[in-house]
Amino acid sequence: MNPRILSATVGRILRQLRHDRRTVALLVVVPTVLLTLVYYMYNDQPTPPGQPSAFDQIALVMLGFFPFIIMFLVTSIAMLRERTTGTLERLLTTPLAKADLLFGYGIAFGLAGAVQAGVASAVAYWVFGLNTAGSSGLVIMIAVLNAVLAVALGLLCSAFARTEFQAVQFMPVVVAPQLLLCGLFVPRDQMAGWLQAISDVLPLSYAVEALQEVGAHTEPTATMWRDVVVVAGAAVLALLLAAATLRRRSS
Amino acid sequence: MGDAIAVRGLVVNRGGRRVLDGIDAAVPRGSVTGLLGPSGSGKTTLMRAVVGVQVIAAGTVTVLGQPAGAAQLRHRIGYLTQAPSVYADLTVRENAHYFAALHGRGRAEADRAVADVGLADAAHQLVGTLSGGQRSRASLACALVGEPELVVLDEPTVGQDPVLRADLWARFHELAAAGTTLLVSSHVMDEAARCDRLLLIREGRLVADDTPDAIRAAAGVDDLDEAFLRLIRAGESGPAGREAS
Repeated sequence: MNPRILSATVGRILRQLRHDRRTVALLVVVPTVLLTLVYYMYNDQPTPPGQPSAFDQIALVMLGFFPFIIMFLVTSIAMLRERTTGTLERLLTTPLAKADLLFGYGIAFGLAGAVQAGVASAVAYWVFGLNTAGSSGLVIMIAVLNAVLAVALGLLCSAFARTEFQAVQFMPVVVAPQLLLCGLFVPRDQMAGWLQAISDVLPLSYAVEALQEVGAHTEPTATMWRDVVVVAGAAVLALLLAAATLRRRSS
Repeated sequence: MGDAIAVRGLVVNRGGRRVLDGIDAAVPRGSVTGLLGPSGSGKTTLMRAVVGVQVIAAGTVTVLGQPAGAAQLRHRIGYLTQAPSVYADLTVRENAHYFAALHGRGRAEADRAVADVGLADAAHQLVGTLSGGQRSRASLACALVGEPELVVLDEPTVGQDPVLRADLWARFHELAAAGTTLLVSSHVMDEAARCDRLLLIREGRLVADDTPDAIRAAAGVDDLDEAFLRLIRAGESGPAGREAS
């Protein structure tokens, strides 16, 4: 890796994003709109005494979902475009190292995810009065980590798609099972054993558990830190696998 | 000075088909070498092998004294793919700045590369809004911006108007005079006459490797188009028809 090439690559990806104002607007606005929906859905629901409100539980986890879903989509399409327009082939004839490209995407879309998570969290805390025992900074940190994980998975999955239609189909394949089994709909310890086993190997389960830990405890817990390490490890693993799919020579 | 590119017994298969079938060729340094042949003859595949992105079945490709694709070569070669490979959602200038940065060059050099291909007025336009010819020149600027020793250009002049084409060829010869080696593919015969040397390939085999004058003399005609036709017919009637350098 070369710092000059890496920073040029991050700058290039962010500039591409900046020229696409509509995508930037969607990135920032859509989470707020969805949070508003959730707020009014649960506004009149009674909260059992001593428990967090339904909105607090769901909004907290949603703050982790947004960057995960959106950055996965954005990355798989962006990387697929590099492959189909020939820019990837050209890049691989230049001094750019594979890591410069992969980490370039990780950093650039990680930053985009940070902006998204920051805005969504600000709205959730200040407009809708989201309550978490732990700090909002930890919530944003976990959300950004989710964005990086999603970028890594997107880079990997783009290798298995030939067209943008196929790339979009990977969203339900990769994202939906993680959403369903992460413990938001049914607590993980109440699932059938085989479902738990699947849930245990899906990285989003750990991200959601980490968020729930922040929601329930004033100080960061050991469980939260373990979960954060698992999610970061999954992101690194996906990046390494993505690097293995990038071949300078092709037939 | 040794050859910039030396190809020995190169065989490449793509999609179960033999695309290059035993190519032997050499490209001298500081020259403009034209790579000619009909669509599907293997021109792009040969260029991909030279820049080191093609899996090859047999043979060797030596570029600037090193095996093609060697990491140290990446600072020294510039590659223009046939379809313009620039970012449509960046301006011409931003594209040039990025490829300049990859080669350790600054913004001034990038802006000069943009001006050299006649795009100074369109430098702030998004590549996606350019015409096909402009887009391919934007891509060319990005291939030349690192001031590489070897430039491999896959059909750089397609869709350019005649005046611009003449300008680009003048630029190629300027670069060659300064010591750069250029390998340029084309299927337009009037461009063949502008090259120092020509490689003609057809159906994955080398039909000719010589200067335009020598090719005309060997075929006994002044017209290069006609000369190539005769060489191809001679090649088909017997193996002795293959022209050696």
